[in-house]
Amino acid sequence: MDTRIVSAARQGVATRLLSLEVNGQRQQRAVAPDITLLDFLREELGLTGSKRGCDLGECGCCAVLVDGRPMLACLLPAADLEHSAITTIEGIAEGTALHPLQQAMIDEGAVQCGYCTPAMVINGVHLFSGESRPDADAIRTCISATSCRCTGYNRIVQAFQSTAERLAEDPR
Amino acid sequence: MNAYRIVGTPQPQIDARDKVTGRARYTDDIRLPNCLHAAILRSPHASARIRAIDTARAAALPGVKAVLTGTDFERTFGVLPISKDEPALARERVRYVGEPVAAVAAETAELAAAAVALIAVDYAPTPPVLDARQALKPTDDPLHPELQRENNLHKQVEQRFGDPEAGFEQASIVIEKRFTFPSVTHAFTEPHAVQVEIDGRGNLTVYSATQVPHYVHLALAEVLGIDEHRVRVIKPHLGGGFGGKSDPFPHEMIAAKLALVTGRNVRLRFSREDVFFSHHGRHRTQLTMKLGFHPARGITALTGDFLIDGGAYGSFGVVTTYYNGVLLQGPYPVPNFAFRCRRMYTNKPMCGAMRGHGGVNPRFASEVLMDMALVQSGLDPCQARIDLIHRENTLTINEFRITSVGLQRGLEEAMRRSGWREKYGKLPYGKGIGVACGFFISGSALPIHWNQRPASTVRLTVEFDGAVTVYSGASDIGQGSDTVLAMMAAEVLGVDLGQVKVVAADTRLTPVDLGSYSSRVTFMAGNAARNAAIRMRRLLVAAACRLLALPEPGYPAPAPPEDGFRQGGRAPDFDADFLGANPDYSDGFEFADGRIRHLDSGKQTGFIAAVHAAIEGPGILQTVGNYRAPKLGGSFKGAGAGLSPAYSFTAFIVEVSVDPDTGFVKVERATCAHDCGFALNPLAVRGQIEGCFHMGMGQALMEEVLHYDGAVQNAGFLEYKIPSPFEQPEIDLVPSISDESEGPFGAKEAGEGPLAPVIPAIANAIFDAVGVRLFELPLRPDRVLAAMHKAAGR
Repeated sequence: MDTRIVSAARQGVATRLLSLEVNGQRQQRAVAPDITLLDFLREELGLTGSKRGCDLGECGCCAVLVDGRPMLACLLPAADLEHSAITTIEGIAEGTALHPLQQAMIDEGAVQCGYCTPAMVINGVHLFSGESRPDADAIRTCISATSCRCTGYNRIVQAFQSTAERLAEDPR
Repeated sequence: MNAYRIVGTPQPQIDARDKVTGRARYTDDIRLPNCLHAAILRSPHASARIRAIDTARAAALPGVKAVLTGTDFERTFGVLPISKDEPALARERVRYVGEPVAAVAAETAELAAAAVALIAVDYAPTPPVLDARQALKPTDDPLHPELQRENNLHKQVEQRFGDPEAGFEQASIVIEKRFTFPSVTHAFTEPHAVQVEIDGRGNLTVYSATQVPHYVHLALAEVLGIDEHRVRVIKPHLGGGFGGKSDPFPHEMIAAKLALVTGRNVRLRFSREDVFFSHHGRHRTQLTMKLGFHPARGITALTGDFLIDGGAYGSFGVVTTYYNGVLLQGPYPVPNFAFRCRRMYTNKPMCGAMRGHGGVNPRFASEVLMDMALVQSGLDPCQARIDLIHRENTLTINEFRITSVGLQRGLEEAMRRSGWREKYGKLPYGKGIGVACGFFISGSALPIHWNQRPASTVRLTVEFDGAVTVYSGASDIGQGSDTVLAMMAAEVLGVDLGQVKVVAADTRLTPVDLGSYSSRVTFMAGNAARNAAIRMRRLLVAAACRLLALPEPGYPAPAPPEDGFRQGGRAPDFDADFLGANPDYSDGFEFADGRIRHLDSGKQTGFIAAVHAAIEGPGILQTVGNYRAPKLGGSFKGAGAGLSPAYSFTAFIVEVSVDPDTGFVKVERATCAHDCGFALNPLAVRGQIEGCFHMGMGQALMEEVLHYDGAVQNAGFLEYKIPSPFEQPEIDLVPSISDESEGPFGAKEAGEGPLAPVIPAIANAIFDAVGVRLFELPLRPDRVLAAMHKAAGR
């Protein structure tokens, strides 16, 4: 890499002002044009709940909701997200009240090392925000967006299924 | 019989809520003030001399604070004292693609990366050794000339017990086959990361994603040439290990050195590609195994010749070399046994410990051969295995002490629940059912660094407010060890789980525990925690007795083992103050609901009142518990390898469908009988078994680290495929309880043993489905299809 480019970046020549909403809070920061949403969240805002597993969109551990839809934060340039509303894992629980899926993940033993857990929850929250109750195939498709090496997925599937049942009985 | 309140009940992890809310703090989530960022330059060559390294342009870049090369480190290191052969940064030569060659600390991560790109290394490439067979050839230029060998042999082990030749003569069936296994990798989700905090006196606090804080602590002090007391290693939350984080690593040495050189805090993390370069996965293995079997005598002889590709450095390889052989001493008696295993150095990323360490590939071979022998003998492969499994309290021919075995009952139940008798040999073409068994250690009885200290020690305090704190060096790597230690303390002290706090894996605050490897934590740290809690219980009983004007109960001196067998035929070696393993702690009192009640008189006092009474004198309530493995094993060379105070046993029955047109194998369902003694936390045991199935199925059907000219070709999750939720079947878990008298509350391991039998069970099911045997992993569709075509004479 050319040293001039590096020093230019260091001096912040190419930064731009970014304004967006994260977990309901308005954020305004000067960011480099190539900074990813994941770096913006983790390094600029200190929201470390979104995990870095590969930086290539392969492991899925960095999933966040962008305007309500799950996206991989490691693949998104933050500068493209002007005026977007981002929800990270830190913004899922309402106060101390966990989302039913979060509680189910705990109760069903779906959490082992926990590194994939935030992304699993993010994708699940989106899945359960839809109108209809997801079937087994939709649940597995949703879970397959994130790589988990600990659980063999069985307990995670179970947590999603029990959440689906619970929400069918008692929609939020 | 067990009137336990907490152990034996399914408990979510005590930090699960932190994990589902994003609050759990992993190594790279820590934010140290005024922190430098480090980057590593890696070798593009599998084998090359380093003629020169020019760091001037990197060092001149504004914001760069330090540049390191191999000459900045005097000492090499390695997890095993017998093979400290790895430099923090390559010196004079590089031995694999991806080997760290230089490192930079700079004000930002971008600057550090840019600076690393400015380092000019003048390499003179040399012909690489890319395969274990090539490594056997004589050479003038071995990877490790310090060993003074004529080829690239790292370690050779040969052991022989009984008379294998005579054993084969007693057999009615003798089968010999060659097997080939590629290297597979852990694929944990959290890449390696380290952060180093330095204080004004030059003390280092190293936060690292490690399974072995104690070994990292020792290695850092040695490599950096500083007193051990200047190092503190803390393992924050850890995103999976499976053996891949159980060595001290170059990046830990590099980050710590950069902190020492700059006087600044340092942060370093791996990309996913870096993780594949670092590897430490399961050894690529070529092996020949020969089995002698007789329907009336069982296994009459077993011999094996193993060639394992270790990559560039030692890691755990010496242990792996032994484990390839000795872990064949279960789950069935092998009266005549011999093996040779050779671990070779090659110019590839090093292999090390991975879940089921060393025992997985040989287990595939032995269980496939076993299946072939049983089928040829006209025996039912499932019933015959039940009949053959070790009986309780036996000594193997290489002097492993087998204590509890619950697998006979477990496999009988698994057979019934899976519908084995209705299915085996009776399913339509393309559908099959198969079985395989395995066994594994519950912790290595011997330490890596020879010393007389306990294998695990736990400190336990109770504060004025009733808070119970367990201080343990054990590393929770996602398996839930913090939770199981808290459960045991809560059980003994009759408090709620929420009242127990765990301070773990901090080498300044917690007593030495050797780490999370060899499936040792539940058994060893568990016994230590349980003993610490028992001592605390005795302090509180004494205080309650004072408050209630009761005489203190007398406690029996630790009973010597019921027979010599329990100590491997030796006299017990503990002193009168030693509680031993899994002691009975009944004392005539009941601890429950915040009360301590004398059972005979019905007199009771509050738990907190007893705490206050007990704390009056010393001002602090603190106890220590520890665990020592009994003296075990023979006196021959290498007798210590594979010795464990207890062994787990596992059987898997697996149903598959094989697509006759494509050779694609799908696992439809699985039934597991795993003898983990008493399941302390059934939820965690289930999680371990399901996770083992996932990883075993991955190795069986799809996983393989590919190299080209020594360079990893699939260094990412798009190319290195692991099973998805669509491949994972439902697993029916059969209760398979035994009572392990030395395990805490009767427990044994569950984290590794269940993996190995998964792979041969799938292969044996494929045979039942389509009538072909495969001897090379993974069991890819093309291989299955080719075997089917060959069998059909096409």
